[in-house]
Amino acid sequence: MELTGIGKTYATGVEALRDVTHAFPAGKLSTLLGPSGCGKTTLLKIIGGLIPATAGEVRVKGKRVDGPGAERAFVFQDFALLPWATVLRNVAFGLELRGVPGEERLEIARKFIGEVGLAGFEASYPHQLSGGMRQRVGLARALAVDADIILMDEPFSSVDEQTRRKFQEDLLDLLRHRRKTVIFVTHSIEEAAYLSDQIVLLSARPGTVSQIIQPNVNRGSKSPDEIRRDKNYLDAVDDIWHVLKRYLG
Amino acid sequence: MANSRRAGGDRVFWLLLSFACAFALWEAAGRFRLSAAFPPFSDTVMAFLRMAADGSLAKAYLSTSQPLIIGFAICGVVGVGFGVWMGLSRTVEWLSVPVFVILQAAPMAAVVPLVTYIYGIGLTSKVLAVVVLAAPVIVMNSYKGIRNTNSSLIQMCRAFLGTRTQVVVKIILPHAAAMIFAGLRLGLAMGFIGVVIAELLITPTGIGDLITYHSSVADFPEMFAAVGSIILIAAVTIHALERLERRLFPPESRGS
Ligand SMILES: Nc1ncnc2c1ncn2[C@@H]1O[C@H](COP(=O)(O)OP(=O)(O)OP(=O)(O)O)[C@@H](O)[C@H]1O
Ligand SMILES: [Mg+2]
Repeated sequence: MELTGIGKTYATGVEALRDVTHAFPAGKLSTLLGPSGCGKTTLLKIIGGLIPATAGEVRVKGKRVDGPGAERAFVFQDFALLPWATVLRNVAFGLELRGVPGEERLEIARKFIGEVGLAGFEASYPHQLSGGMRQRVGLARALAVDADIILMDEPFSSVDEQTRRKFQEDLLDLLRHRRKTVIFVTHSIEEAAYLSDQIVLLSARPGTVSQIIQPNVNRGSKSPDEIRRDKNYLDAVDDIWHVLKRYLG
Repeated sequence: MANSRRAGGDRVFWLLLSFACAFALWEAAGRFRLSAAFPPFSDTVMAFLRMAADGSLAKAYLSTSQPLIIGFAICGVVGVGFGVWMGLSRTVEWLSVPVFVILQAAPMAAVVPLVTYIYGIGLTSKVLAVVVLAAPVIVMNSYKGIRNTNSSLIQMCRAFLGTRTQVVVKIILPHAAAMIFAGLRLGLAMGFIGVVIAELLITPTGIGDLITYHSSVADFPEMFAAVGSIILIAAVTIHALERLERRLFPPESRGS
């Protein structure tokens, strides 16, 4: 997944991104982190092919793309679940759009509902679930289409702190085993340092790559609490803060 | 559960009590002979029963329901269809939104005599009267329902490789369904107004005929019974639609 010279100026004249060039390593979790309004969502949507860039190009496995594709799946900040559909249909929705026959796609959906820890909620509607559970539905939907690249826009921002920690750990488990390439937008320095293999720090608007940090947290068989006391983890948090501080005030 | 049933029972009690008070006042006013043309409640009820028994009410509603049903069916298909089209196409939106905004605000009843002037006094005119009153709200609600679709759901559908047709069929239409249905309910209420105006203004037929005839021969209890019956029927029909609407589209599953 490579970006070369990506720029985006909205029709309103706002220049959100300027000359973003970066290669995301395959099978790793990369985080986009930057000050508010610096164009993180814009960049992720360009990668997802949901909005066109005004300059530069996105390449996936060497091929230029300019629209959504089967190899990329999106997890939305506001969940974007169909309120009139059950959890089961929501998770199967990506497959439904691709024309996968009924029983087969429900089978797949059930499997992923189990994996994100929502077994038993297949027949519930989104409004009956908590924020954290809804986002698990969104995650299951993205996993169900079996894309290599998963794009997540602040998936935890509307989830309370305790649920968030649990969710982060589950996410790490789920994704590491599958060797997915994950691009993850977040506001939280700790979250970035905790989850990522690589952190892409963006400057204030117009956003551009300002620095790349590799936390090198040795996760091994450590417990989450041990990781949060890991020296590399704490160093990464420090480094990020050092860079971001410049864009404040 | 028991609690909500209890609350439901309370509501019915207050509803009945309020009706009983209104009817008692009506009865008293009638007995005091406020006006020669104002019959007591009991006389009106008796007249109603007489008309129900001799079949004149049934006959009247058989003919009143025709323009109402035909007109409403036309609005249901063409009106909803057009409203959806307006919501989906920028060009159609540009051309027609201003017109419908005006139509929806205008007292469309004033157009009914014009319709008679052009289409004569037959069924066509009466159907048109219903359409003219019911269509604006049906079209506008369908249009708004389509335009209000959550843009993030549309984006989600595109991200998962939905085609334009899939976006319309699987996201936009289901999302707009509740609002379209509400438009149909409001349209039906307008349709009742349209058909009564048509039957009073164009040629007296059906319930309009009953009202005009009995008032001309000074059978005031019969006239009041006819007026009361159409109010009752309209209220009951629209209430039933409202309940159906709440059943089909529970507020919490509508999303926004
Ligand atoms: N559709 C749009 N039209 C015009 N300007 C937009 C649009 N979307 C975003 N912008 C502007 O582009 C800039 C970047 O927006 P974006 O949402 O990508 O930032 P962000 O980094 O995701 O912000 P946040 O941290 O608040 O989520 C902002 O100044 C925003 O106002
Ligand atoms: Mg954002």
